[in-house]
Amino acid sequence: MTEPLLKITNVGKRFGGFVALDGINLDVAPGERLGLIGPNGSGKSTLVNCMSGTLHNDTGTVTFDGKPMNGLQAHERTHMGLARSFQLPRPFHSLTVAENLRVPLLYTVRIRRDVPHTKDEMDHRCHEVLSLVSLQHKANRLPKDLTQVEMRKLELARAMAADPKLLIADEAMAGLSGSEVKDIVALLIRLNERGITIILIEHIMAAVMSFSQRLVVLVSGKMIAEGDPQDVIRDPEVEKAYLGQ
Amino acid sequence: MRTWQFFLVSLAVALAVFFAARLYQNDYLFFAGYVVLQFIVLATAWNILGGYCGYVNFGSAAFFAIGAYTTVVMTKLPAFANRNLPPEIASFVGSITPPPIPVLIVLGGLVAGLVGLGTGYLTLRLRGVFFAIATLALAVVLQTLIVNWDFVGGSRGAYVIRPATVAWLGIGYIEYLFLVMLVLVVVSLTTARAIERSRLGYGFATIRDDELAAEASGVPTLRLKLVATTLSGAFMGMAGAPFPYYIGFLEPSSAFGLAYAVNAIAMPMIGGTTSWVGPLVGAVLLGTLQQLATVTISSAVSLLIVGLLLVFFVIIAPNGIIGWFQYFSSRKSTDLKEQPAPVKSS
Repeated sequence: MTEPLLKITNVGKRFGGFVALDGINLDVAPGERLGLIGPNGSGKSTLVNCMSGTLHNDTGTVTFDGKPMNGLQAHERTHMGLARSFQLPRPFHSLTVAENLRVPLLYTVRIRRDVPHTKDEMDHRCHEVLSLVSLQHKANRLPKDLTQVEMRKLELARAMAADPKLLIADEAMAGLSGSEVKDIVALLIRLNERGITIILIEHIMAAVMSFSQRLVVLVSGKMIAEGDPQDVIRDPEVEKAYLGQ
Repeated sequence: MRTWQFFLVSLAVALAVFFAARLYQNDYLFFAGYVVLQFIVLATAWNILGGYCGYVNFGSAAFFAIGAYTTVVMTKLPAFANRNLPPEIASFVGSITPPPIPVLIVLGGLVAGLVGLGTGYLTLRLRGVFFAIATLALAVVLQTLIVNWDFVGGSRGAYVIRPATVAWLGIGYIEYLFLVMLVLVVVSLTTARAIERSRLGYGFATIRDDELAAEASGVPTLRLKLVATTLSGAFMGMAGAPFPYYIGFLEPSSAFGLAYAVNAIAMPMIGGTTSWVGPLVGAVLLGTLQQLATVTISSAVSLLIVGLLLVFFVIIAPNGIIGWFQYFSSRKSTDLKEQPAPVKSS
């Protein structure tokens, strides 16, 4: 097996007396589509935050692309190629849609390439990413003019503009209608086909099942199951966590 | 317009203002004008942190006073050297201090910028109202320090003798101060405008909008905030550096006056915080109004005007005068052009 892109070893996080994550071990291979599920409060978002540097894990290590990331700030991890979208969209509301995408270009892609983008390059790249999520027609609008699903797309587009190796999509589909969910899943699969590893955190099972090549289940900060999605959802432990005894 | 073009154009405008003011042959115009100019610099400086980054600084007076007291220290040095140092060193110190006003401005800017950097380091983990309280506390602490520092006059204050004229320019000293402040206005506006259009400006905007999302997009938020506090503090210090020469007698209560803290916030708010034009418009409008009120009614009324206008604007036009204009012009343009909005060509 090739070297994993992301390696999580014994990661733990406590908030006071509450154990949010308890010794999580997880490898993600390059190019993989991984689904991460679990009931509310099971630690999914905390794990995402520990991976992306928004929070710092108390124990264990997160290794990305062969480099340990303990102590690195969120922006440094983004520079290394780990991008995330937020559960609730967090657009830069005073900037237009195109300018929203310009930020990762200016601050992340710029760091990797030494030479500043020309204005044309920048516009071209913004347009490219926007057409990927079919938002070109809203390029010069402010985020407040977007619909909920467009907002989610902008969130993904901004993460994509940073040219990541790994994309963590944190509940990118919550609150969307059935057809919109299909839309976003199709988009994520398209991104994956371009060689981006994707971790999808989601409650909508239809989306997770159609997207994931591998499924991981978190319950109360522990990983209780992982493997082929079809096998995992038939796991009695998982059924117990979701449906009760 | 490129930054250097903007700089040259505004410098030309500034010189035109100076020569137009000279036509009046009235010193009062320079005295009043100086205060307005000083507030343009102060408001622009506040806006770099408060408007662009969204961090409200209530301690503007402290940075202004740091600039002013740096100048006082410089003017006290020759006498101090005479008393305490061997004559050769004393005469050397006497020959270089106090330096000319432009050097004093640079020194005041340096000291205030350093204090800004330090304050930023200590307080920028705080957000929103907590940051605002911390800056207020900074002002109180600094004022206490100055009141108890005998070298700069303590609570008694310090006299700074203003020369009557500037020989090499052949103009009165107040005209000279006015001219220096005009140049400082040009420098600060050019800096603010350059920031707005740069990578840094985008970074500042993301900090104002959403710091978590900014970090996730790769923006080193802490570093950018330190840049903002340093720049903002430095310009406030620069605005304060010539002040002792203007006022002639500096005491802590005037240097740390409420008017600076209030005006530095009110002027950008009233003008509009998202662009360099806002603080300029706000400072010219409010500064002039205050000067008029001071001579026609009373100096206490001028602060009342600020308060009333601030309440009015926060309710009626929260994005300031500039925001107002943008709102109406954008409404007009969307009325004309049917949806959808034009697509940027690639």
